[in-house]
Amino acid sequence: MFPTPIEKTSKGSQLLYKVALPIALIFWLLPLIAVALTSVRSAGDITAGNYWGWPTSFNMLENYTAIFENTPIGKYIFNSFKVTIPTVIGAVALSCLTGFALGVYKFKANLLVFFMFVAGNFVPFQILMVPVRDLSLNMGVYNTTTGLALFHIAFQTGFCTLFMRNFIKAMPYALIEAARVEGVSEIKIFWYVVMPLMKPAIAALSVLIFTFIWNDYFWATVLTQGADTQPITAGLYSLNGQWVAAWHLVSAGSIVAAMPPVLMFFLMQKHFIAGLTLGAVK
Amino acid sequence: MRSYWKQNQQRLAPWLFLAPGIFMFAVYVIIPIFQSLSISLYAWDGLGEKEYVGLANYVELMDDRAFYTSLKNNVIWLVLYMLAIPAGLFVALFLNQTVRGIRIYKSLFFFPFVISQVVVGLVFSWFYDPNFGLLNIGLQAIGLEPIAVLADENWVTYGIIAAGLWPQTAYCMILYLTGLNAVDPEQIEAARLDKAKGLKMLWYVVLPQLKPATFIAMVVTIIGALRSFDLISIMTDGGPYGSSRVLAFYMYEQAFSEYGFRMGYGAAIAVVLLAIMMIYITAFLYKMYRDERGL
Repeated sequence: MFPTPIEKTSKGSQLLYKVALPIALIFWLLPLIAVALTSVRSAGDITAGNYWGWPTSFNMLENYTAIFENTPIGKYIFNSFKVTIPTVIGAVALSCLTGFALGVYKFKANLLVFFMFVAGNFVPFQILMVPVRDLSLNMGVYNTTTGLALFHIAFQTGFCTLFMRNFIKAMPYALIEAARVEGVSEIKIFWYVVMPLMKPAIAALSVLIFTFIWNDYFWATVLTQGADTQPITAGLYSLNGQWVAAWHLVSAGSIVAAMPPVLMFFLMQKHFIAGLTLGAVK
Repeated sequence: MRSYWKQNQQRLAPWLFLAPGIFMFAVYVIIPIFQSLSISLYAWDGLGEKEYVGLANYVELMDDRAFYTSLKNNVIWLVLYMLAIPAGLFVALFLNQTVRGIRIYKSLFFFPFVISQVVVGLVFSWFYDPNFGLLNIGLQAIGLEPIAVLADENWVTYGIIAAGLWPQTAYCMILYLTGLNAVDPEQIEAARLDKAKGLKMLWYVVLPQLKPATFIAMVVTIIGALRSFDLISIMTDGGPYGSSRVLAFYMYEQAFSEYGFRMGYGAAIAVVLLAIMMIYITAFLYKMYRDERGL
């Protein structure tokens, strides 16, 4: 193991390490701690400039109720779910199919199709922006959560295909061969032989895509406007404009916006990291 | 019909499985790339008739100072964003221990990556606030003049990049933690017997084994740097006086904001950005191609 396990070092450095850990963590998360603290401050603290001292009172309930009562934040959150959940289902479903096709079959265009997905996944968003907005307008889905979700499904299929294909490629091919010898049809092989083995990949991709899409801001501003359709990221930006200097509310809003992906991460940590670090080890 | 399917199943099946994915990807990604290439040759406000102008948009770019500012900032982003890689490695080495509770520490260090860049941007604009931001409280405490980072043309881009480095370092850290987990303990022990330690051990024994992690970290960091848009939009909206724009942001401004609706000009900027990205995409595909052949 590298670096040397701390248990094998002197008592002094062990102690030093145990003290350094929490201090480093507090410094690392200082901006977030500040936001969390501010989100429970009173308006009085904010006007008095008490940003960093101990709050004079804890207004957690007031602040968090206030943002839900006085702003469409509930609506924004709901919109985020309306975009994120269909995207996760759609992109994962499509990439199970494409990943299977590219991971199992040998045909001439295989690598070419695969590279198309990989390259498309890396292009800058701006090269797609004008035509995609135009396409959404023509299809009548501009400024709807459906339109936003449709684009996300299509774009995320690139990354998901890369992921699924590599996952399936690493599976034992003999399994499929055996099924073929038995005369099982290709569709049944996909459904009964390969799909059950893809569960960990599906779980990892789902949490990853959930987080990516929940946090998307660019496409939300390009394809939606107004509280009826905007997801929370774009919503938070417009709220920030309205709440000049109401930092306790901005903070509470930020915390609410960050909650779903954070919960997702902590609940599904193993899958999340497995997905993110795909390819980091050979 | 049935027997045709039976005979050619293995040849037809992949295309059947690929069809829905390829269709969606073509409609929303592949075709739009070519459409943008074409739009960049037109003057178009997004609604009326397109007017063919040839390379006029590109010629105009060559004399556009805002374009050069954006390009310069993109280069600064690319270079400084790379700091996330050694920083991530450093944090990963610090956390690669097995003391009690270390798993919680690892997840909490990873935290900044999970939250949206919108929130990161808000948090940092606040951290930089000239009146009450923590940065300036700190500066004053050590006797320095406060700096209004986001309102200062010389500082603003660096301020935003610092905010971006926070989640990016977390990302690289997790890649390296996974990589370190897979480092061959026997090689480490053998090197220890040869009295290798510290930086030498890191450089000659550990880093070579972390190559795949470093590669992925480089890919995601370069892409992240060139995609930078959210933080700029949230923290400064390109200001002050457009000094924190990057190509991605400038393109958006030209095409969609009140200044413009100049779709053709915007598309031309996007094409330049794509051309820069293509260098990295090609390199990545080339490496993948070699790996595939080498299998």
